[in-house]
Amino acid sequence: MCLAVPMKVEQTYGDPDDFTQDQIAVVNMDGVSRKIRLDVVDRWPEVGDYVIVHAGFAIHSMIEEEAKKNIELIREMASHMPEELLLAGDDT
Amino acid sequence: MKYIDEYRDSSLVKPLVEELKKSLTRPVRLMEVCGTHTMAIFRNGIRSILPDGMEIVSGPGCPVCVTSASHMDAFITMAEIPGVRVAIFGDLFRVPGSNGSLANAAARGALVDVVYSPMDALDLARGNPEDTVVFLGVGFETTTPGIAATILAAHHEKIDNFCVFSTQKVIPGPLEALMQDPDLNINALLCPGHVSAIIGAGAYQPFVDQGLACVVAGFEPADLVNGLILLAKQVGSATPKVENIYPRVVSWEGNKRALAMVEEIFEPTDMEWRGLGVIEQSGLAIREKFHEYDAEKRFDIELVPTEEPKGCLCGAILKGQTVPPQCPLFGTRCTPSTPIGPCMVSSEGTCAAYYKYGSDDS
Repeated sequence: MCLAVPMKVEQTYGDPDDFTQDQIAVVNMDGVSRKIRLDVVDRWPEVGDYVIVHAGFAIHSMIEEEAKKNIELIREMASHMPEELLLAGDDT
Repeated sequence: MKYIDEYRDSSLVKPLVEELKKSLTRPVRLMEVCGTHTMAIFRNGIRSILPDGMEIVSGPGCPVCVTSASHMDAFITMAEIPGVRVAIFGDLFRVPGSNGSLANAAARGALVDVVYSPMDALDLARGNPEDTVVFLGVGFETTTPGIAATILAAHHEKIDNFCVFSTQKVIPGPLEALMQDPDLNINALLCPGHVSAIIGAGAYQPFVDQGLACVVAGFEPADLVNGLILLAKQVGSATPKVENIYPRVVSWEGNKRALAMVEEIFEPTDMEWRGLGVIEQSGLAIREKFHEYDAEKRFDIELVPTEEPKGCLCGAILKGQTVPPQCPLFGTRCTPSTPIGPCMVSSEGTCAAYYKYGSDDS
């Protein structure tokens, strides 16, 4: 139910401060474009940003680098496992 | 989706699984409170890699499953009012009330439309001016902002044949109530990802103050296993805190724009949860200012107390007190094609997950 998927923003329409007009983005996922709403997104996205979309509404914007950075963090964690284990031992 | 694929990379997960085994120094009994986590844990076989001493309990994280039978009955009553067209998320269609489901009502001629977004329900209202479109709001914090925005859009466009029957619920309060149950014996929480995108990781601080380890995690295998490792470490070192390993989506303070939208349209109200009963201030009602969009006020629908189906253990399953194979109906009379309880109907329900992926978690 709370599933939300990331989609790349191709175009935005509307004014983030004016809720009397439609706030819409055209987004792309796997080559398919569709319109989603931006009424409740945390930050108005730029073209090229990613948005997490739930039930037709973007709920979160992120720049491409943010997504990359997080992946790198997890990779780093995996590659530094012995040190991590030492730290875990110290904790107990 | 390039980034999604990265998170599913098994070479990334395997060392994390090894680390999980080594990180567990004290028993961890954790509750996950997100239907999407329930499914992700099963789908990725996470239960099969759990080391001895770590146990995952599914909590009340599936909105359809915690919708009370009396609300389901009210939904069906609503759908059968002449001139009413109800719009729902697909999960709700086959959930049984005390006397059939919305699917049965549709077969009898009620107008029931499955929509992807509450905005689609507003489109239905625009396209069917002769009907009153009632969106049946069933969901948690992730869904509520979109419903609020849809009500506001209807208000601005002066669309008067649209309203919402809100059974929207909030997670932290009921979870806190559940944690008071001494038999449950939970010492860690795997906090939901997309609910937290709205309410923020800071919402779990009260649980830390009660001594629970808390990690906000995403849904990919690496996210999940990483979350389990951090929970094991927190429990092992007796230093509970809120750790957020889904920062690409979740901030500490949450989505202020969405929270402001919800605050404008909704106010807290007491709400009945299936299996948990009525919990104070755990639901959201439409504010008086927007009363014309409140279906309960427009149609004067009364909630009639109803009993659970005989033998159904959904209530205990939602509280983490038992597991689906313990239910006498599970897999015999209650299956995904002939569901008796809501936990078997919803694709995110614990019973549906056990049925699909097996109780041995393999």
